Amino acid sequence: MKSVNGTSSDPSGHPPEGSGAPDLKGLFRRSARGDETAFGELYDATAARVHGLVLRVVRDPAQSEEVTQECFLEVWRTASRFDPDRGSPLSWLMTIAHRRAVDRVRSAEASSRRDSTYHDESQPVDHDSTAEAATTAIEAKRVRLAMQSLTEAQREALELAYFGGYTHTEVASMLDLPVGTAKTRIRDGLIRLRDTLGVAQ
Amino acid sequence: MSDIHGLVGAYAIDAVDDIERERFEQHLEDCADCRDEVATLREAGAMLSSLTTTQPPSSVRDRLMADISTVRPLPPPVTSLSQHSEKRRRRWFPAAVAAAAAVAVLGGGAVVLQPWQDQGTQQQVTATARVLQAPDAEEVSAKLDGDAAAKVVRSPKLGQAVLVTKDMPSAPDGKVYQLWLQNTEGRMVPAGLMPDEANQKVLLDGDAASATAAGITVEPDGGSKEPTTNPIALFPFKQSA
Ligand SMILES: [Zn+2]
Repeated sequence: MKSVNGTSSDPSGHPPEGSGAPDLKGLFRRSARGDETAFGELYDATAARVHGLVLRVVRDPAQSEEVTQECFLEVWRTASRFDPDRGSPLSWLMTIAHRRAVDRVRSAEASSRRDSTYHDESQPVDHDSTAEAATTAIEAKRVRLAMQSLTEAQREALELAYFGGYTHTEVASMLDLPVGTAKTRIRDGLIRLRDTLGVAQ
Repeated sequence: MSDIHGLVGAYAIDAVDDIERERFEQHLEDCADCRDEVATLREAGAMLSSLTTTQPPSSVRDRLMADISTVRPLPPPVTSLSQHSEKRRRRWFPAAVAAAAAVAVLGGGAVVLQPWQDQGTQQQVTATARVLQAPDAEEVSAKLDGDAAAKVVRSPKLGQAVLVTKDMPSAPDGKVYQLWLQNTEGRMVPAGLMPDEANQKVLLDGDAASATAAGITVEPDGGSKEPTTNPIALFPFKQSA
């Protein structure tokens, strides 16, 4: 039950990308060797996803730009540590981005916790016309559908954790749940999402 | 502790605090199920980012491309091996030969040993977590005999480094693993003694910001003021420009 392996099938469960869609693994490999052009292509293919998530979590545009930049700088520096046998390039990248975004809000808020509610007006989805944007739009449709397969309680907890950047303990308190309940909902929600999307089986 | 597995979802998407993260990462070293689950849940989590795409301003790209030309990509993790026997253990790591040469030219100098055991555990945990999570943290890995592995995570900004070991065998009877930081003059400065545990995260004593490398040697119980054996592992640090 080796879950993620870098065989020919895309471990992230993405729909096969059409010609013209970038080969992220190849771009990672070339970036690791110091190929700045490849890194630029990697950035172009993924910046909207990274920045969109960072902005969603951090909210402040200027800080979000910093975090996005730091995140890609880390990717440039550590691309050689990416191991395709242990996950997809996108997962690796988004893990870095999410962690950095969360670190940013948590360190910033030691003094002042954001008190706005989670539901902003939906972020501007600034799709451009590249093949990557089209692929992402298709994926977004699938993800939105998959999110419908979660219970309301799971979805709520998962969104607060992933997009809100809150810890499961904070989520529990925000939702008036006993400690320990939120982490179960987050896990169950992610499992449901994973299985519905057919990720990594 | 028994339901630590249950933290896997929260951990996968960073919904844990520092202490929980620390504990869960310790758990991950011994739990293949959780490692697999973290990987698959992260794949699923990553797909959520398709819901929030926003193109950053082009100035971000411009700054980034200017930045990367000044930053050297890390080499792939250096792996090497040593064997259980003391003889093999004392061999150099090939990648670290240059740094190793400096060990032979040691000055005297009185240095106070500060074994970690003397520090408050709580304080250690937080300091360790801070280094591991520092935005500028950089890793140097080494593979030891069998399944043992070790890496040093350093934050130049915090001036601290943490050694993380996995499946480390006990030091021979009457011996102890001692940690060192190599200073800019090439001298190995004691950075503490390793507790006798297979999997651990220990904070190195001393100024890791200016250090050029970290190393592990086998020393008589109580440690030495300077290395008396060749390092079983060396971790050369990236030199800031
Ligand atoms: Zn487990």
